[in-house]
Amino acid sequence: MSARMTNSRQSIPAPMSAFQRHALMMAKQQSVAASHGHLLSSLREQGASEFERATWPGRKLEHWKYTSVQALQSNETAVWAAGSSASAECLATQLIPMHATRLVFVDGVLDAAASDTMPEGICLFSQADNLATDVIEANLGKVAGTVDPARRNLFASLNGAWTLDGLLIHVARNVVLEKPVYLVYVSTAQHNVVANLRTLVVLEQGASAQIIEHFLSSEHVSGNNGFVNTLTEIQLGPNAQLHHTRLNLEHEAAIHVGAVHVNLMRDAVLNGFTLSEGSQLKRIDYQLNHCGQGASLSFDGVYLARHDQQVDYHTCIEHRVPNCTSQQVFRGIVGNKAKAVFNGRIHIFEDAQKTLAEMSNRNLLTSNSAEIYTKPELEIYADDVKCAHGATISQLDETALYYLLSRGISPANARTMLSFGFINELLSSLTIEPLRVWLEAWLRNRFSEDRSLVSDIKPATDSGAEP
Amino acid sequence: MLDIHELVAKVEGKQILNGLNLSIKPGEVHAIMGPNGAGKSTLGNVLTGRAGYDVVSGDVTFNGKNLFELEVEERAREGVFLAFQYPVEIPGVSNMEFLKASVDARRKHLGLPELSSFDFMKLARECSQKVSLDPAFLKRGVNEGFSGGEKKRNEIMQMMLLEPRLCILDETDSGLDIDALQVVAAGVNAMRDSARSFIVVTHYQRLLDFIVPDYVHVLANGRIVRTGDKELAKELEAKGYGWLEKEGV
Repeated sequence: MSARMTNSRQSIPAPMSAFQRHALMMAKQQSVAASHGHLLSSLREQGASEFERATWPGRKLEHWKYTSVQALQSNETAVWAAGSSASAECLATQLIPMHATRLVFVDGVLDAAASDTMPEGICLFSQADNLATDVIEANLGKVAGTVDPARRNLFASLNGAWTLDGLLIHVARNVVLEKPVYLVYVSTAQHNVVANLRTLVVLEQGASAQIIEHFLSSEHVSGNNGFVNTLTEIQLGPNAQLHHTRLNLEHEAAIHVGAVHVNLMRDAVLNGFTLSEGSQLKRIDYQLNHCGQGASLSFDGVYLARHDQQVDYHTCIEHRVPNCTSQQVFRGIVGNKAKAVFNGRIHIFEDAQKTLAEMSNRNLLTSNSAEIYTKPELEIYADDVKCAHGATISQLDETALYYLLSRGISPANARTMLSFGFINELLSSLTIEPLRVWLEAWLRNRFSEDRSLVSDIKPATDSGAEP
Repeated sequence: MLDIHELVAKVEGKQILNGLNLSIKPGEVHAIMGPNGAGKSTLGNVLTGRAGYDVVSGDVTFNGKNLFELEVEERAREGVFLAFQYPVEIPGVSNMEFLKASVDARRKHLGLPELSSFDFMKLARECSQKVSLDPAFLKRGVNEGFSGGEKKRNEIMQMMLLEPRLCILDETDSGLDIDALQVVAAGVNAMRDSARSFIVVTHYQRLLDFIVPDYVHVLANGRIVRTGDKELAKELEAKGYGWLEKEGV
């Protein structure tokens, strides 16, 4: 059904939305200023052309069925950020204290004063030397570019159209990057400001790295509807190993559309983790492609939405070749009138025999007005594979609750502990200890300061309890 | 301390306890034995107030209070403790956090100040050593990945930390090897005193060699059909429960 719809829309292009026209105008403003444009010109032109032809998201588009982009439609006055520095208070209170190479971007622009010196292999596109330029030319747009055009996210195209600069992390053959690379993306409270972030990660054969992408807001000002559009492309060479963590902890007024695309070559290993809080619009796509035999990935995700927030994860794992492994576990808690979407697709190609793929999605709804749309999709074209998937929307485990109460713990406290534990369990996959400790404390604080993420709903079948 | 009078209770609509009477004085240890389905586990769950275990009639007085007017957590704070037959695994919630929250709640009820993290940690380490549990388990999720024996020892450790007035051990011996059984029994015996009472629910006489009871009761069809001393347990071990039917009870 969706294919027919796409065809009909291609033959009679829908008129562009006001935001689309405005966004393309913004791209043109940038082009005038671009000085190193040759490296990026084809990416920008192709992105703009795709974005211009794309159907604006609405309920009739399967991939945007449950998530409203209304927040962007009212953002026709969006402007580029001038670039500023992060406040000392923001850096002191919101950054994760850990031994790492830290790079801070404020509204999309590098804040050199708050950042460490970039080690060998890491540079902005605009400062690329010959080697880095070769790496960028060989890889930029190539990972994301392999997505089936019918499934392409128009914001990925827009990211291309808007790419004026970007960050390259290149780890040479057999090099182990000891220090984690900690990328901090600060959104300031400026009204209507737009940031476009493009990151390219290339791990050559046998290389190893740990990368943390941390999105935050500098100040909690209401009415901030700044828009951040990100695309991270990751190429993992044979035997390369990457720990990738992405935290979206911005203020709830923020608009964030982001994507992470990864290609795994032979025997490459990806350990992915993502945690997002909802906002007025938050949409994150992961596209993970097994391109070489023996590759394996584990991928854990958490989403928390309350108030009127929405959060939407679309993940797609493609097994294009045989003998690869995928383990995906996502959990979410949705409260108040918030809305969450989890669309997890695993696509096993005809040749991808001996695939092992498991996906699990569990949700807690903490309010009768909260909404969760969970949709695991398994498309299997090979016959010798082991796959499993499951999705549940449930309440807290009554036996566990009874166990805590029977030790004298109050029902309110017991429910907080169990709701926290439901999420905290997934944090155990984080191998950088200071990161795990910080995130656990953040999570604990979130659960204790606001009961909207605590499941206080009693199951409907609980009528047998004594008065 | 505990007076159970003509207790009738249902589980999922099915009547399991049929007029049970039992009276326990401070310092006494009462063993309850009986065939499967007699209502042994139901008794523990009814006394602690588990949802789904519905009291139809009868009453239970605990230290002068009507037990059925108290919520699950209030009964626990008053000093009722159930060592679970199947302790629950709760990944994501650390043992440390769980145990401290339990002890804090009990101490608050008794009008005692909250223990500092340092003092609690010291106490928890001492107790874990008494039941031969590696203190490293305190950082792990509640019962997460524990063997059957470790789970039971964790129950006894909780009992030591909470210092309850009435301890109900629900088949704590099931699934234990002889070494673990001795550890558990030593823990229980160390806690016996003139003010604390125990209900020891078990299938096997073996446990009662280590935890010597003052009374042994036979529970069948939701009622206590015979009461004796520890010799009754040995008789049951030898004869089984077949005689119950012959005697028409």
